[in-house]
Amino acid sequence: MTTVTLQNLTRRFGDVTAVDNLNLEVESGELVAFLGPSGCGKTTTLRMITGLLVPTSGDVQFNGKSVLTVPTEKRGAVMVFQKHLLFPTMNVAQNVGFGLRMQRINKKEIDARVSEMLELVRLPGFENRRAHELSGGQQQRIALARALVVRPKVLLLDEPLANLDANLRLEMRELIRTIQRELGITSIFVTHDQEEAVMLADRVALMFNGRLQQYDVPQAFYDRPNTAAIARFFRNSNFLPGTKRGAVVETPLGPLQIDPGRTAQPDGPVLLTVRPEDVHIHPSGTGNLVHAPVRSSVYMGTYTQILLDMAGETWHAHGPADLCVNSGDLLPVQLPEGRIWLLPAIG
Amino acid sequence: MKHFWRWLGALLIAIVVLAPIIPQIIWSFAFRWFFPSLLPSHWSMDSWQYVFSTSSRVGEGLINSLIIAVIVSILSILVGLPAARALALYEFRGKSAVEWLLMVPILVPGIVAVMGIHIMFIRYRLTDTFLGVALVHLIPTIPYMVLVMASVFANYGTDLEDMARTLGAGPIRVFWHVTLPGILPGLVVATMFTFLISWSQYVTTLLIGGGRIITLPLVLFPFISGSNQATAAAISLVFVAPAVIALIFTSRQLGRESAVMGGFGRL
Repeated sequence: MTTVTLQNLTRRFGDVTAVDNLNLEVESGELVAFLGPSGCGKTTTLRMITGLLVPTSGDVQFNGKSVLTVPTEKRGAVMVFQKHLLFPTMNVAQNVGFGLRMQRINKKEIDARVSEMLELVRLPGFENRRAHELSGGQQQRIALARALVVRPKVLLLDEPLANLDANLRLEMRELIRTIQRELGITSIFVTHDQEEAVMLADRVALMFNGRLQQYDVPQAFYDRPNTAAIARFFRNSNFLPGTKRGAVVETPLGPLQIDPGRTAQPDGPVLLTVRPEDVHIHPSGTGNLVHAPVRSSVYMGTYTQILLDMAGETWHAHGPADLCVNSGDLLPVQLPEGRIWLLPAIG
Repeated sequence: MKHFWRWLGALLIAIVVLAPIIPQIIWSFAFRWFFPSLLPSHWSMDSWQYVFSTSSRVGEGLINSLIIAVIVSILSILVGLPAARALALYEFRGKSAVEWLLMVPILVPGIVAVMGIHIMFIRYRLTDTFLGVALVHLIPTIPYMVLVMASVFANYGTDLEDMARTLGAGPIRVFWHVTLPGILPGLVVATMFTFLISWSQYVTTLLIGGGRIITLPLVLFPFISGSNQATAAAISLVFVAPAVIALIFTSRQLGRESAVMGGFGRL
C-alpha cells in the first residue's frame, strides 16, 4: 500500500514550464485521474513519478519518503502507455512475465502468476500468442496484465484507452476500475477526456498549463468548480456577472436568490453560473424566474439544447426532447437557488 | 500468381548477382580460352592449385583479411552504436556538425585522408600493424554503421525501453533483453556492410600495412593487372565468396527491415 505525494514538483524544458509547482497527494489504493488538455503537463508529471524524467525542483514521495534517488527500475511505479508497447520479440507469456523475470523469480511461479493474471484480464490461454496476432483491446489488456503482475506500488496509466474505439473503451474502463478496486493498487490515470476521468476516478486533478486547477471528487467539478475555466472544461459555459449581497445576487436580469450556505464568495462582484441541465424551462415554481429570448434550439435525441439570450450572455439549457420553440420566443426560465454556484468575478 | 512473380523476381536478382561470377568460375578452370570459343579449349586445375599453395599467399591474405574485418566490425559496433543512438534520439550542441563530419569519409577520396594519416600513424608506430590497418579501415566503415544504425534507432524509439525500465529492468538488462533484440536485424546488416567494406579495402591497407600486412585484395590486384587471367579469376572467387555468403545470410533482413535501408537515403 502506497501513498504518493508530489511536493512543489516543477519541470522546465528550456523556457517552457511543463509542470509548475504541483502539490498533491494520492491516498493508498486510490485511483486519481490527471485531467487536462494535451500539453498541460499530465504525462510529464507521470514520467517524473516513474523516474524516467528528473524534476527541475520539488519532490516525489512514496509513503512519505522521497524516491528521487531511486532509479526507475527499483521504484515500483509501473506505467501503461497509450501504445500497448508489447515487446515484439516475445510472446504474450514472455511479455507478461517480463517484470517477474527481471526480479529473478523462478519459472514455475512466473508461469503460475502469468496465467493467473491473464485470467484477471479475461484473456486466459493466450500465453503463446504473439502481440501482432491480437486486437487493439487485447493488446492493451496484455499490457495491463504485464504491469499488474509485478504488484506495483503505483500503477500509472497514460491514456491507455485513447487508441481504442468507443465501445471497447467503455468495456476497458469497467475492467480497469474492477481490477484496480480488487487489487487496491494506488493508481494514477492520465486522460484528456473529462467523462473518462469522472467515470473512473475517486478524485480528479485538473491541470491547465502545468498548474493544478482543482483536486477533488468528480462531482465537485460539476457542483462547485473553482473558476470559470474549470466550469467551461466541464461543459458549462453559462455565466452571468453580478453583485452578491447576502443571499441575493443583483444581476442584469434582476435580483436572484441564492443559497448562502453553498458559497464561500464574499459580498461584491461575482460570476453566477447554473449548469445547462439545471436550468429549468417552463418551470412550475416561481422563485428566480426570468424570461429569456431563444437564440436557437437543437434536437439532441434525449433532450433539446436551447441557446438562450440571458442579458446578452449566451446560456445553454436542456429542455425536454419534445419541446417546440422558435428563435425569438420568450421563454420562462427558472434558476433553482440550490443549483446556483458563484465563481470569483473575472478581472 | 503472386508466388510466381515473387519467384521470378528472386530469379532475376539471382541472375544479375550470379551471372558475372559464372565466367570467372569457367576462367578459373581454363588453360586455353580464346575468342570466339564459347568454352575453353583446354581445362586445368593449375590456378586452383596455385591458390591453395603457400607461395600464392592467398591463405595468408584470407586469414589476415578475416582477422582485420572482424576487428573492424567489432570496433565499428563499439564506436558506431552509441554514436548512432545519440544522433538518432538526442539533441545536443554540434549535432549537425557531427552528422556532417560523418559524411566526410564518403565524400573525400580515401587516398587523400590516408596520406595524412600515414604520417600520424608512423609517429604512433601504428604502421605495419594489424591494429593500424584496422583503425584506418574504420574511416570508411563507421559512416555506414552510424547512418544505418541511426535510422534503426530513430525508428525503434525509446518507448519500449522506458516500458522495460518501469517493469524493473536496469539499463544493462534493458539493452540486452529489449534494445538488442529490437535492433538486431539492422545491426546484422550494418555489420555485414562494415565487414565487406573492410574486406575490399586496398589503398588504405597497402599504405598503412606497408606491404607487411597482406590481405586478400593485395594478393589479388597484381593478378588483375597482370596477364594470368585464370589465376586472377580463382583468387577473385575466393575474394567474392564472403560477400555472396553474407548476402544470402542477410537477404531476409534486407528485404524486411525498411528501416535498415533508411540510412542510405542520406548517403
